[in-house]
Amino acid sequence: MDHTSGLERAIRGILIGLVLIFFLFPIFWIVLMSFQTNETILRIPPSIVFEPTLTNYSALITGRLETTAGNLDIAFMKNLWNSVLLSTLSVALSLILGVPAAYAFARFRFRLGEDIAFTLLSFRFAPPLLVLLPLSLYFKQLGLTNTYIGLIWVYQLICLPLILWIVRGYFEDISPDIEHAYRIAGNSWWRTFRKIAVPLAMPGIAAAGLLAFIFAWNNFIFALILASADKQPVTVGALAFVTASGIQYGQIAAAIVLSIAPTLALALYAQRYLVEGLSLGAVKG
Amino acid sequence: MTAAADHVTQPKTSSRFFRRALPYLLSLPALLVCIGILIPFFTAVYYSLLRFRLNLPALKGFIWFDNYINFLSDPAFWNTVKISLVYAGLTVGVELLLGLGIALLLQKPTRFNNVASILLLLPLMTAPALAALMWKLMTNPNFGILSYFVSLLGFHNFKWASDPSTALLTVTLVDVWVYTPFIMILLLAGLRSLPKAPFEAAALDGVPRSFVFFRITLPMLLPYIITASLFRLLDSIQQFDIIYSMTQGGPGDRLMVFQVQSYLEFFQYTNVGRSAALLIILWAITYLLSNVFIKQWLKLRERAHGGA
Repeated sequence: MDHTSGLERAIRGILIGLVLIFFLFPIFWIVLMSFQTNETILRIPPSIVFEPTLTNYSALITGRLETTAGNLDIAFMKNLWNSVLLSTLSVALSLILGVPAAYAFARFRFRLGEDIAFTLLSFRFAPPLLVLLPLSLYFKQLGLTNTYIGLIWVYQLICLPLILWIVRGYFEDISPDIEHAYRIAGNSWWRTFRKIAVPLAMPGIAAAGLLAFIFAWNNFIFALILASADKQPVTVGALAFVTASGIQYGQIAAAIVLSIAPTLALALYAQRYLVEGLSLGAVKG
Repeated sequence: MTAAADHVTQPKTSSRFFRRALPYLLSLPALLVCIGILIPFFTAVYYSLLRFRLNLPALKGFIWFDNYINFLSDPAFWNTVKISLVYAGLTVGVELLLGLGIALLLQKPTRFNNVASILLLLPLMTAPALAALMWKLMTNPNFGILSYFVSLLGFHNFKWASDPSTALLTVTLVDVWVYTPFIMILLLAGLRSLPKAPFEAAALDGVPRSFVFFRITLPMLLPYIITASLFRLLDSIQQFDIIYSMTQGGPGDRLMVFQVQSYLEFFQYTNVGRSAALLIILWAITYLLSNVFIKQWLKLRERAHGGA
């Protein structure tokens, strides 16, 4: 592998270049579109030379769209806020629920332990609609339709299994000897859990939390079914917004950019943890 | 040893009962959420045995397996089965080949390759529903950049997702764009963790590279390939976000996969019974697949823990 010829290196370089273009061009192009007016977007042939404008973004942020059909109020910023709220609170809740459970599965052998763990994981593989459609009828009866509480609960379906399995793996990788020593020194298990186990597993917990946040942010189907306009996150909101605003392509592009920018930024910032988390959770366990 | 240590050091306050109950107490909250989710699951099973239409509540009643039996003679159902399987097979196949190719390209842990592999994760971090929206803009017949590119190649009026003959290809392209990085990163992690010795020995003996690839690299990478593709297969057979945001199952019923079909049965035709039955069938398929996956995963885990 070390005696690669110049030709082979060139071919490799070209192939990697093509791969990068294919995977990055769509994001690049949408960002470009978001700074253009319909006039320059609709040009044929398309060109990357244009005078950038911020009108699309300001229209989204002020919530007033000026279309040819008249002015339109949109709740795009509300959608963004909903995404922040839903993702953050869902991850917080599943950390509170998931970390102790992961610790239990990693440290104790108890009857039905593996069964419970597998049941929790198996939700990751069930068709989401199977749970969501009956739930939408229950939510109507319970008055949970279109509430944050209802949505946050359902978001546990995504976040909880993820956190359980990644954090469990981390706990298992840490030798229990330190905990034993601390216990022998006369500390309660709860103090040991808080002061020793959780701090040691922190990288894993952080990775799992970040991943769960990204999955929650990117979720579409839960909110599509259980939330109406004022509780919708951006994934659902952007879709509805497209049909509503129709012809303002620059604004649609800007909406997409605003919707994906937070997770992309987070993912780039945390990429090392994420790669580790992804490969650990999926392959190593 | 553990038992002895516990015996000696157990604080007086924590009873034997408490120690035995502790793991259950710790996992109980997560378990409660899980039970809360089992309720709608069994409700769906129950609904699937009913004649249950939201617009005709008076007709509600037990019909046992009629919903399922009706599907057997319904060409629309078989279309759903076919298109779901074709979609899953096609996307996972392409993603596996492409992901493996890219992982091999980026195998050497150079700085450039590491940066490239991180940049390649960006599509994976994009919400699939929004990725579909991006591609919808790019394939717009009026101004889409991709429509422009294919017109340069002589395909004028190429309709992408809105033409029955190219719709499947278009959504596959979007799925490949979003999920190839997932397979790539898992296989890259696998490739880089393979032991060096067999490769060095093969290089010393001057073994041809195709032989090294097919007889050493591929077999050793197999556990990673199986894990990655089964993960993707389970997701792909349940695809909803990309197809729904791009075409809503259309044009016609060209992309009517399981979850889109049952979504429409529920909200458009308000036929809860049929919708639930479809989902139970999909669940059975994914259950079988995930059993294969979990068995494989356990075997890998056993090997990783026992072999070390």
